[in-house]
Amino acid sequence: MKYLDEYRDGKAAQALVQAIAGVVRRPWAVMEVCGGQTHSIVKYGIDRLLPPEVELLHGPGCPVCVTPLEMIDRAHAVAEQPGVLFCSFGDMLRVPGSRGDLLSLKARGCDIRVVYSPLDALKVAIQNPGRRVVFFAIGFETTTPGNAMAAWQARRQGVRNFSLLVSQVLVPPMLSAILQSPGNRVQAFLGPGHVCTVMGTREYEPIAARYRVPIVITGFEPVDLLQGILLAVRQLEEGRSGVENAYARVVGAPGNGPARALVEDVFEVCDRKWRGIGTIPKSGLRLRHEYRDWDAEKLFELSDIETRESPLCISGQILKGLRKPKDCPAFGKACTPDRPLGATMVSSEGACAAYFAYGRHLEKVVTT
Amino acid sequence: MCLAVPGRVAETYRENDVLMGKVDFSGVLRRVCLEHVPEARVDDYVLVHVGFALSRIDADEAKKVFEFLGELRQLGELEDPAP
Repeated sequence: MKYLDEYRDGKAAQALVQAIAGVVRRPWAVMEVCGGQTHSIVKYGIDRLLPPEVELLHGPGCPVCVTPLEMIDRAHAVAEQPGVLFCSFGDMLRVPGSRGDLLSLKARGCDIRVVYSPLDALKVAIQNPGRRVVFFAIGFETTTPGNAMAAWQARRQGVRNFSLLVSQVLVPPMLSAILQSPGNRVQAFLGPGHVCTVMGTREYEPIAARYRVPIVITGFEPVDLLQGILLAVRQLEEGRSGVENAYARVVGAPGNGPARALVEDVFEVCDRKWRGIGTIPKSGLRLRHEYRDWDAEKLFELSDIETRESPLCISGQILKGLRKPKDCPAFGKACTPDRPLGATMVSSEGACAAYFAYGRHLEKVVTT
Repeated sequence: MCLAVPGRVAETYRENDVLMGKVDFSGVLRRVCLEHVPEARVDDYVLVHVGFALSRIDADEAKKVFEFLGELRQLGELEDPAP
């Protein structure tokens, strides 16, 4: 496919690996922010093509992974109510809550449907006027324009049987939290390419300046990732710490103006809890007061649910780049994609699930 | 989750006052909201996430990494990779 295949070209990738080797002098730890980037890196073995000086740390940018257990349980509590038709992106169906996952609720007779787009969920509501249709609106900034459009259209068209259970998170506060955490190892970030198509690159400049870390906005294909790593290593070697854009074919500095205006109209910033990490101030979005009639948290009685994470799971440290999946004694044994113990194993974009999918739990020697 | 895929705009139309389109992903046509990329025209490539186009792909910017690699080779900074 155009704009995909050429960025998977082996010769271009090899040339970039050589260019990185030609630039690097000292050891550096670079974190890729997005789960999609982690998945590509492990799938193509990019971490193993790099010179030994460059270590990749896997970041927290998988919204499925960091959706807190309490929110999963709330989704289940809503989906179980009579008359509810619960719509979700497919990624969330297998994520276990305290008592099973959405798929097992579906097997027990709850009406749970997978949608490709938030607008498909709105369509389901229009087609089923006698049902209360709830859409599980999770995601990073990339997904906010879609979720915002569904809420905006529902309000504008007066679709009263539609609501959103919102669990939206924002990347920049998380990067600051990582850089402030004790024992932080991150020296540069490969920034979230698709988040930046919406938000642009400017909100990363204060972070790069304050913590003196290079941030290179990076795509998801092997050539994109290697170009991002090259620019990050070059900045590190030259003692620079700025924001660079290695994904300019789709990212511009101001982001997407119309999308940002809609998001601003529908959502406001709030504190959010991240699975494995805890609450980060101002790291999420919720519906504005004007949208209270479409806010599932206001329409359904959802008391606080007591939850407990596995004491074995080290996903909080993995999400901050402090540990790797293979540092965990449960990885690939007590914890697998079929029976995940925590955040980084629940979605294919989590670091543990990616390592598992590409067989790294079967290797005896830790080489990463 | 933030997966976004490039596709070619095959058709544009309005629905409920919102700019929509049919986008071709290697022969598979999907309904996509184009409201956030009003500059997109038929045959442009757009980046699509959960049924929403997030940006129009800039063809000139898309070539730059390959031009950069070409320059490196000409400067002799890179040996030709083994076949």
